[in-house]
Amino acid sequence: MSTTTKPVNQKAWFLVLPVIVCVAFSAILPLMTVVNYSVQDVLSPDRRVFVGTEWFAAVMRDEELHLALWRQIQFSLAVLLVEIPLGIALALSMPAQGWKSSAVLVLVALSLLIPWNVVGTIWQIFGRADIGLLGYYLQQAGMEYSYTGNSTHAWWTVLAMDVWHWTPLVALLAFAGLRSIPDAYYQAASIDGASKWAVFRYIQLPKMRGVLMIAVLLRFMDSFMIYTEPFVLTGGGPGNATTFLSQYLTTKAVGQFDLGPAAAFSLIYFLIILLFCFVLYNWMQSLGTSEKEQGHG
Amino acid sequence: MDNRRFKKRTLFLIAYLVFALLPIYWMVNMSFKTNEEILSSFTLWPAAFTWANYKTIFTDPSWYSGYINSLIYVGINTVISLTVALPAAYAFSRYRFLGDKHVFFWLLTNRMTPPAVFLLPFFQLYTTMGLMDTHIAVAMAHLLFNVPLAVWILEGFMSGIPREIDETAYIDGYSFPRFFFTIFLPLIKAGVGVAAFFCFMFSWVELLLARTLTSVNAKPIVATMTRTVSASGMDWATLAAAGVLTIVPGAIVIWFVRHYIAKGFAMGRV
Repeated sequence: MSTTTKPVNQKAWFLVLPVIVCVAFSAILPLMTVVNYSVQDVLSPDRRVFVGTEWFAAVMRDEELHLALWRQIQFSLAVLLVEIPLGIALALSMPAQGWKSSAVLVLVALSLLIPWNVVGTIWQIFGRADIGLLGYYLQQAGMEYSYTGNSTHAWWTVLAMDVWHWTPLVALLAFAGLRSIPDAYYQAASIDGASKWAVFRYIQLPKMRGVLMIAVLLRFMDSFMIYTEPFVLTGGGPGNATTFLSQYLTTKAVGQFDLGPAAAFSLIYFLIILLFCFVLYNWMQSLGTSEKEQGHG
Repeated sequence: MDNRRFKKRTLFLIAYLVFALLPIYWMVNMSFKTNEEILSSFTLWPAAFTWANYKTIFTDPSWYSGYINSLIYVGINTVISLTVALPAAYAFSRYRFLGDKHVFFWLLTNRMTPPAVFLLPFFQLYTTMGLMDTHIAVAMAHLLFNVPLAVWILEGFMSGIPREIDETAYIDGYSFPRFFFTIFLPLIKAGVGVAAFFCFMFSWVELLLARTLTSVNAKPIVATMTRTVSASGMDWATLAAAGVLTIVPGAIVIWFVRHYIAKGFAMGRV
């Protein structure tokens, strides 16, 4: 949001109200329930004991959780490191107009519209050594490839699946950002004899900042709560190699029905994401302002 | 030099498209095979081409009703999301008001919340309200992440429309609703298209909430698929056919909004 010369108008609240009501119903109410559970021990539906911060302490000491968190951070960073540059490169190489542009756009975007469990299924079929194209040929090439048996292979397969699944989102956003640059900018650059790199660094990249910010935030948040795809593909295994935070939480909440610890864990999980995104959001906002100031100088 | 560069880019694009389409091709390929062929021999294309898997899906109500259920709640969700998000996005893009930034960030935090966190509370909330296993329940649950996203996207587009347009319209005697629907909305229709696309997409692909909140009457196709996997052992061929069919509505939606995605942001951001 730009904060320049917008008039102050408290009546604008009425326009925001429907959204607040909607989101309050689907977010605040459930969140309060989670808070409620996190400080109680539910013995049976009508017997509960207030336990204060006990669950939080228990969750914080949980070694398994630390490992899951560490795996999660590694995975999310890997996702950003691969998908953002790849997405930008892809956007730069997509044809700008004509039927080719439409066709490429539709083909690239296709993987985004596939339900997440089907993405898991696709890679399951694709990667299996007996019936899958990828698995079969890796096996033929002499590699003992097995995403269900080898934890390194499982990790890389999940990463490849995520890259396959989500790079198009980055590409679409970056592509839209590129299209918004007026031709005059490129003409000015070519008069100045700017190199391709200079055009990219000083025209395309700054102009894509807004959409790239959306892309980084979305990819970070979503990879941080990845659940369905690894669940279908590897079930979190082998061992715990691909058990990320959501998977761990769901096992606790639904599988073992440990309401208290699961709720406490949920809140910590939520706060971690919130913290990361707050830092990221502000950092990118300030980056934007400083870039703008440079531009004026 | 320019020509060589062009070629390099095209090569990269083609390489990516191969990477993007191979797994999908493999599933399509399997959906036309019989289970025997899948398991007994490794073939790059179907040797005994068959439509039987698709026939199974189109004639068995437990399969095709899944698609209908999914489309219903996705539709409800997209409509509600856009309806509430439009005025809010307008407020955020045009005015400053008490706590505006905080509300905006708070909305975004809902987009960041892992659905797993809300799984249990949702289950209890909707059970209490008697909404379990209805399309409304899933549509409401999906509002959680779609409304913030729609506000976010629309705000971006609206901020790209100069405020002078609003002011001129008011001077000309337009009332707010009339201005909004006859002048403003057509200007940001690309943004509405993009927002609708994202709402459709995230609701269509979500599994965890949709599966938990439904059992029979509103069971989405994604849940049908997971259950079939575990129930009938590994019916790869039917599973592949069902997977292919889940891609179809998405492909249709992309085709409709392709111009909006390409040109859309351009109109919004300049």
